[in-house]
Amino acid sequence: MITTVNAQQRSGSSPMAQSPRSPSSQAPYLTVSVSDPAKMGNGVQAYISYKVITKSNLPEYDGPEKIVIRRYSDFVWLRDRLFEKYKGVFIPPLPEKSTVEKFRFSAEFIEMRRQALDVFVNRIASHHELRQSDDLRTFLQVDEQTMERARSMEIGIFKKKPADLMQIFKDVQSKVSDVVLGKEKPVDESNPEYEKLKNYIFQLEDHLAEAQKHAYRLVKRHRELGLSLSEFGKAVKLLGDCEGNALGKAFSELGAKSEILSIKLQREAQHLLMNFEEPLKDYVRAVQSIKATIAERANAFRHHCELAETIKFKEIDMNKLRLMRSEKLAEAEREYEELKADGAEATRKFERIVKLMNEEIIRFQEQKTLDLGVAFHEFAKGQAELAKGISEAWQSLLPKLESCSS
Amino acid sequence: MMGYENQGYEEAHLYASKEQMASIVLADDFSPPSDGSKSFPDDPLSSSQFVDIPTNDTDPLQPSPSKQALNPSPSTIHSILDPPSYAEAVFRSFDFDSVDSGDMNGQDGSALASPSSSSYYLKISVSDPQRELEQSASLVPGGSSYFTYLITTFTNMPEFSGTEFNVRRRFKDVVALSDRLAESYRGYFIPLRPDKSVVESQVMQKNEFVEQRRAALEKYLRRLAAHPVIRKSEELRVFLEASGKMTLVRTTDVASRMLDGAARLPKQLLGGKSLDGGASNMSEVTQPTKGGRDLLRIFKELKQSVANDWGGAKPPIVEDDKEFFEKKAKLQDFEQQLINVSQQAESLVKAQQDIGETMGQLGLAFVKLTKFETEEAIYDSQRACAADMKNVATAAVKASRLYRELNAQTVKHLDKLHEYLGMMLAVNNAFSDRSSAFLTVQTLLSDLSSLHSRIEKLEAASSKIFGGDSSRIRKIEELRETVRVTEEAKTCAIREYERVKENNRNELERLDKERHDDFVNMLKGFIVNQAGYAEKMASVWETVAEETSGYAKK
Repeated sequence: MITTVNAQQRSGSSPMAQSPRSPSSQAPYLTVSVSDPAKMGNGVQAYISYKVITKSNLPEYDGPEKIVIRRYSDFVWLRDRLFEKYKGVFIPPLPEKSTVEKFRFSAEFIEMRRQALDVFVNRIASHHELRQSDDLRTFLQVDEQTMERARSMEIGIFKKKPADLMQIFKDVQSKVSDVVLGKEKPVDESNPEYEKLKNYIFQLEDHLAEAQKHAYRLVKRHRELGLSLSEFGKAVKLLGDCEGNALGKAFSELGAKSEILSIKLQREAQHLLMNFEEPLKDYVRAVQSIKATIAERANAFRHHCELAETIKFKEIDMNKLRLMRSEKLAEAEREYEELKADGAEATRKFERIVKLMNEEIIRFQEQKTLDLGVAFHEFAKGQAELAKGISEAWQSLLPKLESCSS
Repeated sequence: MMGYENQGYEEAHLYASKEQMASIVLADDFSPPSDGSKSFPDDPLSSSQFVDIPTNDTDPLQPSPSKQALNPSPSTIHSILDPPSYAEAVFRSFDFDSVDSGDMNGQDGSALASPSSSSYYLKISVSDPQRELEQSASLVPGGSSYFTYLITTFTNMPEFSGTEFNVRRRFKDVVALSDRLAESYRGYFIPLRPDKSVVESQVMQKNEFVEQRRAALEKYLRRLAAHPVIRKSEELRVFLEASGKMTLVRTTDVASRMLDGAARLPKQLLGGKSLDGGASNMSEVTQPTKGGRDLLRIFKELKQSVANDWGGAKPPIVEDDKEFFEKKAKLQDFEQQLINVSQQAESLVKAQQDIGETMGQLGLAFVKLTKFETEEAIYDSQRACAADMKNVATAAVKASRLYRELNAQTVKHLDKLHEYLGMMLAVNNAFSDRSSAFLTVQTLLSDLSSLHSRIEKLEAASSKIFGGDSSRIRKIEELRETVRVTEEAKTCAIREYERVKENNRNELERLDKERHDDFVNMLKGFIVNQAGYAEKMASVWETVAEETSGYAKK
């Protein structure tokens, strides 16, 4: 089932057909939001906590509303668990861990992160497979101590530290790109459609990253323009004070308008950041997450192939033993059967990944069109409003200037 | 010293972004490539008269003609842009009226508006730099060379003996012209001549330097031509008209002005026989001191000015012109603020340029994305996405071009600030003229008072001697004669001082009036420009907002 984003806000979701407020139906719903970032702790140990609010009428959930407190590493835990359990699904991406200490607690960074986390959870809650996960339920429901215990249990077993993940990505990237570039390794799906898809994903990441880079710069440019316009306005005002007469007043007005416009520019910069640049960045991450799934698929395929090889050899061995009427035959037969079961399992896993990926790519494309469509709309709207505001502000000065002309 | 050339501003014109467009070939649904080197014929934004930004080589959206595999991108953008709308036409004419009205002497010319009262014109252009060899370089084989420039004048002013004429002049001639004007027009706000730029002439490429100098000379002469008094001057006329080598030399003739001690100043003051012959030396009192050649006079006046500043006694007279000093203080304040605004204006221009560039790069990134998605599309959702991206891309590219044009216009309007900064230097020179004229008066008054006290002392001494003291009496007679001459010189000096004062006063009035008009126009131009381009940008983005309104959050 495909979710239609345009019927919802970016934050918050109602995955079911009916709106939760529709009076007659008691259709099942699951709505989540991430809000109210708060700084906890002191010094090096300090971190940000978020309120996660779940509204649901599903039996598995303590309804109608449950609020829990979560921190970034809890989200990471959830993502890792889902990644392990739902191979083949494009797990929604998480915002990056901040590497720069100073930036970690800036208002801008916190808001960007909050928005990204909100989108993350909502995507999971809207996904027909992922939403049914026990881990999601745990994440949304249990108290903080239980959550912390669950989180620390992961170290050593499932927990992939970011560094590890990066390493896996890199390995996969080189493996996949080797395949893509035609440096064939023995294990290869030789599926032209899939090759095309991989190619597409890799290039898409580059294109999106470049667009995002320029979008970020554009945000900065807005801020810089606002600043220099403000300074210009101040200087013009001072010059007007020298003139003193009607012309001086006109200068002053110009200065005042410049100040107003500077504020508009700052505001648009912020709007651009949250509603255009961040969605682009989000899709760069989403594509990277797809790459991780591609890696998983490659692993599964290799595993399936290796087992098939091993089974073949085992069969040969077994037949040899049969001919020799060896007493090791029974054991060999047992091992053979085990291997065959493993092989079947591996094949089944691989095929499941393939099937899921085929569905996922359709869903991804549709989601991308919608999400980017919203971003483009916001971008255009913001720019149009800004330009209009600028034009009106300047035009309002003209009558005053007319009266100055001798 | 004209340190205020348009350097910083002019770079805004050369929007040399190094984007490589050659590799971008948009999909088949775009029209076939047109000739890449031509500027878009229907493009209203590039063909209008007052937008003189080069849209050819420096346009990052157009590939240079030399690139092979010419791609459809120029016509792509071409096909994307709208035909001119009514709003555009109205906007254009409004701006044209208010900005380019004073076009008499070139629109980049004067900070002072052309004389509105008369219908006399004086159009000057400087062109055709040529190298010539120095005649007198006989000792050095090969000799040194210099450049001459062709000065072409069109005029209907009665002061000139023709309506069209050409002369060749070198930079040294311009320096001479400038010096002569400074002597003859003390107290006036005389536009400053271009720098000698010794260092630059060595360091810069020859062509660049010569072109820069040519442009600067043209600007200078046009400014002179715009000054209501100086345009009628004999010095300018000779410079523009007289054929052959220029005859305007500095009045100082080194040989005749020997530094022979006491002979100097008294010779000036006494009006006795001069080695120059001819011109009344009384007028030399009215000349400013010339470095190196009026050493004695300089010493005296320096002594006087030091006495004024540090000496215990009150100076002989003080300037009593409160109105003037108030005006002067106001002008100094004005100059400070002008410098400040000019600096902020430069930052503003830079910021506008940057945002335009980044918008363009964003547009290009989306162009590439569009192409990519279109080519790789498997699902309809991808095609829809590609269509959206194309809209964003074209809007961003359009907006980028609008920013660029906005900036070019902004530079033109705010250039007035630079002009006035240059003018403030001229004003300061005029004020210095006044101060030095006054100093001359003070010096002469001091001289007179010391002469009188010497006479008194001699009279007192000689009265004690019975029967008179013939040597002393003779001395007294000489001194009285000196006093008489000095009195005449003093009268001259005071007359000169008043003249300079009067010039200052008239020029200040003129400055006030013209500054007011110029600044009103500047503001209007700036504001109309900003408003107009913002409106255009709003409409570009509103279109995209419309097209993507289906995605809007409810």
